[in-house]
Amino acid sequence: MEDRILLAHGSGGKLGHDLIEKNFVPALGNPILNKLDDSAVFELCGRLSFTTDSYTVSPIFFPGGDIGKLAVCGTVNDLAMMGATPLYLSLSFIIEEGLPVTELEKIINSIYQAADEAGVKIVTGDTKVVNQGTADKLFINTSGIGIVPPKVNISGANAKPGDKVILNGNLGDHGIAVLSKRQGFEFNVPIESDCAPLNRLVSEILSTSVNLHCLRDPTRGGLATTLNELARQSNVGIKIDEASLPVNEAVQAACELLGFDPLYVANEGKLVAVVAPSDADKVLDRMRQNRYGTKASIIGEVVKEHPGKVTMKTLLGSSRIVDMLVGELLPRIC
Amino acid sequence: MCLAIPALVKSIDGQQAEVEIGGVTRQASIQLTPEVKVGDYVLLHTGYAINIIDPVEAEETLKLLRELSEVY
Amino acid sequence: MKFIDEYRNQELGKKLVDRIHHHSTKPIKLMEFCGGHTVAIFKQGIRQLLPKTIEMLSGPGCPVCVTANSDLDKAIALAHLPNVIITTFGDMLRVPGSYSSLQLAKAEGSDVRVVYSVQDAVSIARDNPDKSVIFIGIGFETTAPTIAASIQQAEQEGIDNYYVLSLHKLCPPIMKTILDMGEVRLDGIICPGHVSAIIGSHPYQFIPDDYVIACVVSGFEPLDILLSVDRLVNQIETEQPEVEIAYRRGVKPEGNQPALKLMDTVFEVSTANWRGIGPVPSSGLRLNQEYQQFDAENSFDIDPGLSREPEGCICGSILRGVSTPLDCKLFGKACTPVRPVGPCMVSSEGSCATYYHYGADYGG
Repeated sequence: MEDRILLAHGSGGKLGHDLIEKNFVPALGNPILNKLDDSAVFELCGRLSFTTDSYTVSPIFFPGGDIGKLAVCGTVNDLAMMGATPLYLSLSFIIEEGLPVTELEKIINSIYQAADEAGVKIVTGDTKVVNQGTADKLFINTSGIGIVPPKVNISGANAKPGDKVILNGNLGDHGIAVLSKRQGFEFNVPIESDCAPLNRLVSEILSTSVNLHCLRDPTRGGLATTLNELARQSNVGIKIDEASLPVNEAVQAACELLGFDPLYVANEGKLVAVVAPSDADKVLDRMRQNRYGTKASIIGEVVKEHPGKVTMKTLLGSSRIVDMLVGELLPRIC
Repeated sequence: MCLAIPALVKSIDGQQAEVEIGGVTRQASIQLTPEVKVGDYVLLHTGYAINIIDPVEAEETLKLLRELSEVY
Repeated sequence: MKFIDEYRNQELGKKLVDRIHHHSTKPIKLMEFCGGHTVAIFKQGIRQLLPKTIEMLSGPGCPVCVTANSDLDKAIALAHLPNVIITTFGDMLRVPGSYSSLQLAKAEGSDVRVVYSVQDAVSIARDNPDKSVIFIGIGFETTAPTIAASIQQAEQEGIDNYYVLSLHKLCPPIMKTILDMGEVRLDGIICPGHVSAIIGSHPYQFIPDDYVIACVVSGFEPLDILLSVDRLVNQIETEQPEVEIAYRRGVKPEGNQPALKLMDTVFEVSTANWRGIGPVPSSGLRLNQEYQQFDAENSFDIDPGLSREPEGCICGSILRGVSTPLDCKLFGKACTPVRPVGPCMVSSEGSCATYYHYGADYGG
């Protein structure tokens, strides 16, 4: 068996088939995938939720995870944010020739672990191999299908003045963990990516309250961008309290070093739940019983004022606007 | 201008030091603060220690802040 | 975090605010010179807490904002050369020059890399001996010594493919120039904290002596800034302007001597081109004779083209404290962070970007 992925692995020939049969199927196999037909066939009943995402993170291995785990959790979470129960994923690889097979195997194993934890099956896939220099080691695309239970109606447009805004834990872990391994930064942080599948946390919230109005995961662009999106979609204002934002000390320190604001750093295991005030406390209690919600807290509320905008009460007690992220987060000297 | 934050010097090796802030550690150059010692706090700016923090003055400032906030 | 958290104490902050309200009796204009202070003031929501008697103006202390288009065009022209790796601080990446930006050059295929530290630029030069690695040197006296250190390091290691395009500028000369222009009548200046860590407080003595303006060297945490405003109000109300260091843990009156010596060894003072002001003698730094081999200015043949300023952009008068971003017809309409016309909207600490991001005038 070759120790690196070659162009031939993606050409549909014997090498490619070997890769699928000896690496992918044993790790990810299930009755649908094992058929290795041109497409997966299955029956579903109900309102379907369908999403797709591509993953290009660099480096592909980072503290707390890798691109494989991210590819599963990210898509599972997109489904979960609509209240859907995630069921099936597709998995496409675009591999840069020369990628060591051992690295691919590690990633496939991560995919298996994440899918197993989330309770989803990979039912169809594709592999392409491209010339060196045309893909940054590995890109992954996953599409996912889930079923939205009847009566569940979650949308970014449903927030109402008076609703409470709940966050399930620390901000910025993922973005800082990834950055710490990127060439040119090289700082040591005792931080791991928070990458995690949140579908079980979501179904626990749904079983606790029928007044869950919005759910969103603050990934790229951070919490600030997500809250702005919700404020615009629902045409309401959102007020948050700086003192109540949970941030790990090391993430805070790394942000100070680089000139970042934790409000804008990516998360991959966090969600924002906008809940009617009557149910906020019981939702909070329930979330805290889940391993991905132990640090859940109410960070703000929805208001009538300044529709479409987000404001924050600062540590000094004054108020300022929290805008969306513009451009990318770049370290600054000033 | 400029972002510079207080970091603790954990070890020194020639013109480089390992500094730490809030659990984050990084290599930093001490070319601009050659007299720094392990245990000092420095102002870290883009990977260089640009000054040594004076802990006595830091405490004096806090004292001043407390005094001023009591007297109008 | 030590030496940070203590200066974020909410209770002390609120009391200081009350004290400032109590003592400030007449309308005064204070300028925070440094872009880092502008950001801190907005981020911490300090403006709304101050009495209406105090008007805050932002000065030209944003090294990105004051970089003239002609200089930026040089950097972009260097990026287009073959076998060149441009290394830059993140601040410069998106700033529009006359025709392009480093980010656009990168998208078009130039090798442009953002670094956190100039040491990384030296490492890149070491690792790529067949390329010319050019560092775009921006920043005031806080950063210039680090660039000087990097040049000495390259010299010691025998690295001969490392170059610096020095666009470094100096604070006290431009402060004097702005005061001489007499466009704004200031009562007090919040002096830069980390520039002063290097140059000390003596270089600002001309401000109270010749212009009768109060001066306080300030740190960046909420209590630091409030303390500085309090001290300025005190100097102004008692009519005793002087240079006071409020940021005593970080700044000594004599500054950082080793850093100053290093700057002196590598650089010499020169005329610098300031956006919105023009050429100002003795306000910039260029590599001196001994270090010419590292000078990107003279080592490459480039044609940056004729530089031009964006129409309608009033960054210049904003930098001089004469206008605020709200006075600009383009602000928030044709000029936004997504589609910036001028550098004040792009730079993370530019006045316009700060006003836009933090909602200037948002009263809560």
